[in-house]
Amino acid sequence: MTRVFVSRDMASVALGADEVAQAFEAAGCEVIRTGSRGLFSIEPLVEVEQNGARVGFGPVEPGDVAAVLDGSHAARLGDVSALPFFAGQQRFTFARCGVIDPLCPEDYAAHGGWRGLDAARAIPPQAVVDAVKASGLRGRGGAGFPTGIKWQTVLDAVSDAKFIVCNADEGDSGTFADRMLMEGDPFCLIEGMAIAGHAVGADHGYVYIRSEYPFAIATMREAITMSAERIAPFALEVRVGAGAYVCGEETALLDSIEGKRGQVRAKPPLPALAGLFGQPTVINNVLSLAAVPFILSEGAEAYAAVGFGRSRGTMPVQLAGNVKHGGLYEIGFGITLGELVNGIGGGTASGRPVRAVQVGGPLGAYFPPSMFNLPFDYEAFAQAGGLIGHAGITVFDDSVDMAHMARFAMEFCSVESCGKCTPCRIGSTRGVEVMDRIIAARDAQPVATERVGGGLAKALYSCAPDRNDSGLEPQTALLRDLCDTMKYGSLCALGGFTPYPVLSALDHFPEDFGAPAPVKEAAA
Amino acid sequence: MKQDKAVDEATRLIEDWTRVHGRTRDRLLPLLHWLQEEIGYVDDPAVPAIARALNLSRADVHGVVTFYHDFRRAPAGRHVVKLCRAESCQARGGAAMEAEATARLGVAMGETRRDGQVTLEPVYCLGLCAIGPNALVDGRPIARIDAAALERIVQEVSA
Ligand SMILES: Cc1cc2nc3c(=O)[nH]c(=O)nc-3n(C[C@H](O)[C@H](O)[C@H](O)COP(=O)(O)O)c2cc1C
Ligand code: SF4
Ligand code: FES
Repeated sequence: MTRVFVSRDMASVALGADEVAQAFEAAGCEVIRTGSRGLFSIEPLVEVEQNGARVGFGPVEPGDVAAVLDGSHAARLGDVSALPFFAGQQRFTFARCGVIDPLCPEDYAAHGGWRGLDAARAIPPQAVVDAVKASGLRGRGGAGFPTGIKWQTVLDAVSDAKFIVCNADEGDSGTFADRMLMEGDPFCLIEGMAIAGHAVGADHGYVYIRSEYPFAIATMREAITMSAERIAPFALEVRVGAGAYVCGEETALLDSIEGKRGQVRAKPPLPALAGLFGQPTVINNVLSLAAVPFILSEGAEAYAAVGFGRSRGTMPVQLAGNVKHGGLYEIGFGITLGELVNGIGGGTASGRPVRAVQVGGPLGAYFPPSMFNLPFDYEAFAQAGGLIGHAGITVFDDSVDMAHMARFAMEFCSVESCGKCTPCRIGSTRGVEVMDRIIAARDAQPVATERVGGGLAKALYSCAPDRNDSGLEPQTALLRDLCDTMKYGSLCALGGFTPYPVLSALDHFPEDFGAPAPVKEAAA
Repeated sequence: MKQDKAVDEATRLIEDWTRVHGRTRDRLLPLLHWLQEEIGYVDDPAVPAIARALNLSRADVHGVVTFYHDFRRAPAGRHVVKLCRAESCQARGGAAMEAEATARLGVAMGETRRDGQVTLEPVYCLGLCAIGPNALVDGRPIARIDAAALERIVQEVSA
């Protein structure tokens, strides 16, 4: 019987992979459902096994079965891993994704699975933590905090109970790496969490997955059941979010697991010392934990050998939005933004010029193509007034209205604010209003030029429509004041970082805000 | 009375569930998810029953139910369409598609159509960001929504 591989990843299914798989089954093939290799312009991708090698075809439709099986289909790709998109990658974390059946333990073991856990359990906890430190791994959830140091804190904490919590809330637009890993190689995350458990002395873990990811939830649940014996005495369970972006923030996430409103806690205490149920807790992103099996099985040096500056190892970059070759591209840090967008991504899907890219989700800055020489690196991006975040890159063509995007950033913040602090809760609503006035004034040819002063009260409460203040210049001044207040007065990054997209849009694309010339002002 | 019956039913369901899954506070979200799955929504009369079952105050439960976007206070339509509003989908024409969807489905974002046939809800990213605009139609993901795909969705939810 001919063996055929078709992805079961949510993106592939959204593009029709289920129907394609059914058509091959109906034609008498043995269909193996894998994760996605991560290039969506060739999905649904079908790989046919011939003499032990896989020959790819994509995108494939259900009616293409015969042409694919006799090899005459025009969308023949040959060896998929040799395509330029894949050949240039360094797949440490995603090596198995798209290759194996995600829910086949034998497949996982045959492709190097569990070697990291075995290696970890053969050495003392401190040695595991040392390896993670030596790898240079920094948290992939956004802040880039060294994972080994976080683990050391939890290891050193004295307590009867400790927890490992995986942050799989992945709420950023433009990001999907966590989802793809959980759907395509769930045992890898489970193995990483079990290693973390051994490293810090925790025997219970939670994976908190957002409810928008039904496929990942189902796959993780099944994989946890299948691997329960393998990871014992470490035990895992899935918790499902309920549509609140802020629950990606680590302390809000902990409150959510505890059955409370997902509100941000003031730090200290750090979750590493008093986290879930008040106990010492490791809380890490999916990609941070999934990087650990490689570090333990291949060695910290092998991981640290790749990268740029203080950003070691690989980053699964996600190319999204209006991009020709969108998908997941895992590579060492240091590649430039331009290489990613124009080289690998192939520019826009619409064929129009790239005008802006937002890096790092809804709290990330917008960059113009003139900044495309930025190297992908935590420090370089911070210096340029932005952030890498979870490495999502959203591409926009020249039809984008950047004032509209700035308004959306404020609106998103107001919808998702946890409500704990005033600058975020009220400031974002005021921000939407200010943006509405800027857009109205821009569209109506502005005349007013009177400047208004700053200050918290002014920014938060005094921007009711005022005939004298409604001109463009006073309104943009007010917008800057408001952003300042949000940046310095917010408890967490939701309110604190919303100024990044807003001010970067204003600074790099002033013409969309009705201003004639670029305003040169550092956002940081 | 109909309402009383619904409350009794909810109370019984909640009791059954907590007997199996426990009564600790951290069971609240799983319980709410399950209840919404069973009954379709978490309405006000269910709140005291949940509070009793988990030994919480009503205010506690009410606070949680209203905090999370997922929990519905009233029944949804027969079909639920969740349309992504986030940046990557916007970069691919999502805003125009949203306008078109509300017009063609005859229902505003966040509302249920009068005839109870369809509920249209915003969602902020489905993790399908390179193939937008995207939607979940009764839990099924649909990518690259254009006029033709939208027409198919309209047909489906009108049936
Ligand atoms: C509003 C907000 C949303 C966040 N969302 C996520 C998320 O979806 N996933 C994630 O891993 N971290 C998210 N973070 C960062 C977490 O608070 C935390 O830094 C991270 O989970 C730590 O894991 P790491 O060290 O492995 O990166 C978010 C932070 C904020 C302020
Ligand atoms: S900044 Fe916003 S989301 Fe963060 S704690 Fe304050 S109110 Fe909550
Ligand atoms: S932005 Fe729409 S799916 Fe991510």
